[in-house]
Amino acid sequence: MAVDALPEPSIRITPRRLGRDVLRTSPIIAVAVLCLAAIVLLAIFAPLVAPHDPQLLAPALRLKPANAEFPLGTDAYGRDVLSRILYGGRISLLIGLGAALFSIVIGLLIGLVSGFFKWLDAVMMRIMDGLMAIPSILLAIAVVSLSGASLTTVLIAITIPEIPRVARLVRSVVLSAREEPYVEAAISVGSSLPKIMWRHLMPNTVAPLIVQGTYVCASAILTEAILSFLGAGISPEIPTWGNIMAEGRAFFQIKPSLIFWPGLMLSIAILSVNLIGDAARDALDPRMKRRGGNA
Amino acid sequence: MLGYLIRRVLAAIPVMGVVALFVFLLLRLTPGDPAAILAGDNATPEQLERIRTSLGLNEPLYTQFFTWIGRLLHGDLGVSLISNVPVTTMLGSRLEPTLSIALTTIVLAVLVAVPLGVVAAWKHGTWIDRFVMALSVIGFSVPVFVIGYLLIQIFAIELRWLPVQGFRSLSRGFGPFVERITLPTLTLSFIYIALIARMTRAAMLDVLDEDYVRTARAKGIPERGVLLRHALRNAAVPVITVIGTGFALLISGVVVTETVFNLPGIGRLTVDAVLARDYPVIQAMILLASGIYVAVNLLIDLSYTLLDPRIRY
Repeated sequence: MAVDALPEPSIRITPRRLGRDVLRTSPIIAVAVLCLAAIVLLAIFAPLVAPHDPQLLAPALRLKPANAEFPLGTDAYGRDVLSRILYGGRISLLIGLGAALFSIVIGLLIGLVSGFFKWLDAVMMRIMDGLMAIPSILLAIAVVSLSGASLTTVLIAITIPEIPRVARLVRSVVLSAREEPYVEAAISVGSSLPKIMWRHLMPNTVAPLIVQGTYVCASAILTEAILSFLGAGISPEIPTWGNIMAEGRAFFQIKPSLIFWPGLMLSIAILSVNLIGDAARDALDPRMKRRGGNA
Repeated sequence: MLGYLIRRVLAAIPVMGVVALFVFLLLRLTPGDPAAILAGDNATPEQLERIRTSLGLNEPLYTQFFTWIGRLLHGDLGVSLISNVPVTTMLGSRLEPTLSIALTTIVLAVLVAVPLGVVAAWKHGTWIDRFVMALSVIGFSVPVFVIGYLLIQIFAIELRWLPVQGFRSLSRGFGPFVERITLPTLTLSFIYIALIARMTRAAMLDVLDEDYVRTARAKGIPERGVLLRHALRNAAVPVITVIGTGFALLISGVVVTETVFNLPGIGRLTVDAVLARDYPVIQAMILLASGIYVAVNLLIDLSYTLLDPRIRY
């Protein structure tokens, strides 16, 4: 059909172009990409890299300082801290990716639909406003405390507060895009609604969603760590960066490294993701570049 | 103006309604018997029954909701399942530490972040600008508790300048009070400073390009006056807005900071309630935090007319 031959939305993002633009912006970004890649690889290959079993209890070896056998020492149960940190990255990254993916999928659906149907819009946006008014940490710890702390519930608890932000973003893009001539043309030749949404409206949201997705990822990693740190996260025997720090809390004055090593990994991971997000935003929306963002 | 005021206040009602409905349904829609979830695994039938009566769980869902809302509107936030103390009483006894660090944080953050943002925009592209931007990215990325423990390690353990943890009421002397809220305030301010500085810089950069700024400079107004009177006043709206939306970060930050520094405040009360599944307290805390957030942002919306005479409702 003729309508399908109309020009595609002007910004066409290929991963290669995005990557090239991002790396060119600054060497700091290259370092961030390298750091994140290293963390991801270490987490994936944790079973091969880790010197010990992260859950192996050895009460005789409690709180040992760093030595040749335990490069970062042991925790209060005699477990190897380095191995726990390597394995801990798995949960953080999984939660970060999962939350970004699910909040984007659900937020995209809500945003597309409420951007297109005015009657639904008012109701949906009131619900989103309400959800956004609840501080995300409180919302997440309440959900986890009631439904038990499994990986799934923690993921759900972290994803829910992120959905309204994505939905609002998609909605605002759709609201402006639906006034464009190519959308009007598609409506006038009788393209089906799903087709209009998918082929004509959705592509406009890709660029902002890539950026938003990285921010969601960073904030989800942080929220997971906070949940575990407060004791309301994934069960304590599973190594996560937040859990290692939560256990280290009681021994902070004896062995501060129990908090600082996982804290350092956590900070580097979040910093890298945030920097990559900023760079993606600058590459995709050159107007924002000079201002360095507003959020 | 009055019409707008009324409309804005009315618009906050459905938002709080959604929050209340969500909080209410959270327990009821969680799979399983709500009473059993709250009582834990070793509960006796009597304990379960006590929880059911106390929360009215034997009533139909809509009766439960309206009874609960009715009580809320009369200022009754419920009674703790663990201690049997009314939530409002618990709140009152925990208010001081939380208010102390929250208020000092807001003041400190604004006093530090706004000048940082203004100077960064003024010296755009120089090392000062890059320093402020780096600070703000780091402020966003380093978790609150990591900053807290770093400050404890440096100022309390290595240098021994300040106590490690704890709280002393202002009524027991100004010195000990300040000593104990200094590190929590610094910890909590970090992310807030990052947020406000970044927004101030962005808003100032936009405004400094405007014709009226050039005109002001051409008139020979000293740079200080140009920056503060002409530029900052016009950049104020987005900066004030971000102070409001940043309130959510502040509330989350309070919860974490109070845990790190063992402050007996509302944040710690919330975490303890969550760990003990004391649902009436959890419920009240979420409502209260959301209510404060909505109210702060409402006030900020209304303040736009004062800051920017061009905005008329």
